[in-house]
Amino acid sequence: MINYIWMVTLFPLIGVVLNGLAGVKFPRKVTGAIGSLAILGSFLTACLIFAEVLRLPAAQRTSEVVLFTWIACGSLLVNIGFLVDPLSLVMLLTVSGVSFIIHIYSMGYMAEDEGFRRYFTYLNLFVFFMLILVSANSFLLMFVGWEGVGLCSYLLIGFWYQRRAPADAGKKAFVVNRIGDYGFLLAMMLIFVTFKTLDFSTVFAAAPHTLESGGLAVTLITLLLFLGACGKSAQIPLYVWLPDAMEGPTPVSALIHAATMVTAGVYMVVRCSVLYSLAPLSMDVVAIIGCLTAIYAASIGLMQNDIKRVLAYSTISQLGYMFLACGVGAFSAGIFHLVTHAFFKALLFLGAGSVMHGMAGELDMRKMGALKSKMPWTYWTFLIGTLALAGIFPFAGFFSKDEILWDVLQKSTVLWAGGAIGAFMTAFYMFRAVFMTFHGESRVDEQVHVHESPRVMLIPLGVLALLSVAGGFIGLPLIEGGNRLKEFLVPVIALAGHGAAAQHGAHEAGFEAVMMVVSLGVALAGIALAWLMYIKNPAVPEKLSERLSGLYRLIYNKYFVDEACAAVIVEPVKNGSLFLWRACDNKVIDGAVNGSGAVMLRASRILQRVQTGMVQGYALGFVGGVIAVLYIVFAM
Amino acid sequence: MVDTTQYLVLGAILFCLGVAGVFIRRNAIVIFMCIELMLNAVNLTFIAISRSLGSIDGQVFVFFIMTVAAAEAAVGLAIILSLYRRRQTINVDEVNLLKW
Repeated sequence: MINYIWMVTLFPLIGVVLNGLAGVKFPRKVTGAIGSLAILGSFLTACLIFAEVLRLPAAQRTSEVVLFTWIACGSLLVNIGFLVDPLSLVMLLTVSGVSFIIHIYSMGYMAEDEGFRRYFTYLNLFVFFMLILVSANSFLLMFVGWEGVGLCSYLLIGFWYQRRAPADAGKKAFVVNRIGDYGFLLAMMLIFVTFKTLDFSTVFAAAPHTLESGGLAVTLITLLLFLGACGKSAQIPLYVWLPDAMEGPTPVSALIHAATMVTAGVYMVVRCSVLYSLAPLSMDVVAIIGCLTAIYAASIGLMQNDIKRVLAYSTISQLGYMFLACGVGAFSAGIFHLVTHAFFKALLFLGAGSVMHGMAGELDMRKMGALKSKMPWTYWTFLIGTLALAGIFPFAGFFSKDEILWDVLQKSTVLWAGGAIGAFMTAFYMFRAVFMTFHGESRVDEQVHVHESPRVMLIPLGVLALLSVAGGFIGLPLIEGGNRLKEFLVPVIALAGHGAAAQHGAHEAGFEAVMMVVSLGVALAGIALAWLMYIKNPAVPEKLSERLSGLYRLIYNKYFVDEACAAVIVEPVKNGSLFLWRACDNKVIDGAVNGSGAVMLRASRILQRVQTGMVQGYALGFVGGVIAVLYIVFAM
Repeated sequence: MVDTTQYLVLGAILFCLGVAGVFIRRNAIVIFMCIELMLNAVNLTFIAISRSLGSIDGQVFVFFIMTVAAAEAAVGLAIILSLYRRRQTINVDEVNLLKW
């Protein structure tokens, strides 16, 4: 069964071909069914492979399936091949599972849209590339998936390209991602120069002997790779595209910009954990950037009024947590949070989509309120997602976030404090969103007829809610170091400096339990504050914003980062381009081309007088020429 | 006994007459005849040198030239004929459309 891993990626491709090339006349139900069934096929295949791998002993769970040679050029040999190991399996299952649920939801959400077929084609194409990304066995094939998901992200953000904002957002996402991709490319070249190959298995096997620990080469490689991860996973400073990406359809935000694609950077860092363990400096950079992003994005989330933007900033912040975990060497905790986050963030986005659907496209939470009774299903599932994200026991987010914070505490108290502040803010802004949307007084426009969404949208919400409750239990047992997921991932992940934590974990079980209560308390405090400010005394936020108007405006406008970017980067580039266009292109290049043409024209005006049309004139010239040649040959 | 040099001089004179005719005359048919004259002047030269060298190579060339001249006469006369039909003139000074 493992040898059929290629089938996992084949199914979505079939969906793309059927819907994209042959599906012009398919009715909507058929188009939707093809798209969803294709992903179901991938999911089931991945499940079968997973079951088979589970039966193998831990040491034999990694295998490579090579289909054929892709590039053979000099010493470069790249195969189209798949890597089946615990890490790629976890990713395959998460990606295909969540994708399937979101495909089902999309059939309801996009039912009225004109671009229904285009939508499902893009979505299937995205899943195809994402599955390639997580199952590739070499950096180059991974890069193919990496670029492919970027393309699909661009296409889907700009799905409603007739409007200006989505089209611009798509462009922004693409351009910002290019910066990250540049880092990835450079890292890949460095890896090839160092190892003469791009295969994961060879590179990681050779890395400890070839590279000097903490040396320049490995630090440079890992930092460049992290630049790529920053672009794709929206970390400081390349996070600016993700909030704008919310212009796409909401299921797309759920799938691509929350659950799967943006986690590609985390996956890549974990995949290269061997390299990162050799570069302590890079690890510190990853941890610090992750921690900063977690706090920074959460603080912006506090003030946003657009429900999807709140979720977008929360995604950036949660991705920060994942990098924070990777940075302190807790790679498996990062993957654990990636998986649980995929469940509850997809749930939250789909819930927001359901609210939008019931509110005729309204996103502003100031125009919502008291939707609880009108949309009970959406409310309860959204609440479960929120509890999971806030990290309340026994929801999934609690387990993963607690594990990250615990692992971080082993390394650094400062980073832990940062993470805890982020967790506090997360609980606050998520419950602020819940209270503003579902509780309190109704501020809904009277013309809007609020209604619950159709069943095809509610069932996916239910399934994801179930996963958000139960998803954390793959991380059991809680205390004493190694949990089930961690043990499963052990063959793949480097354990640099992590063995120590497991060792004295046994002695500190009591301390660990205390810290668990602390992180729970932090989250509860955030919820309580939100309750105080938005339910008990709804006037407080306004007063507060007046008293601290400077700070309020700074955060409300997202620290003016977009404006600063526009002023520092976009405008100079634009002005430079205008200069190049007007001065260089129009004057120098066009001038040279047109000028040489004009010179030729002038010169030919003189020469054309020779051509008179008089035959005898030509004959005279001919004979004159012959005589001249004869004279030169014989007389000189 | 006529000397080879005399044949060659005669050939050269005939050739120059032909060239002069091509330059001076305006009638297309006369120009055409002058061209024939030039060809035959060359023929005369070939024959004379062939005889003085005792080889038949020159005579072979002459046959080729005569064949080509015949073909050329056919084509040339046809052109002149259709030119006359179209323009009612064979004065080459009046036929000067092919220019810038």
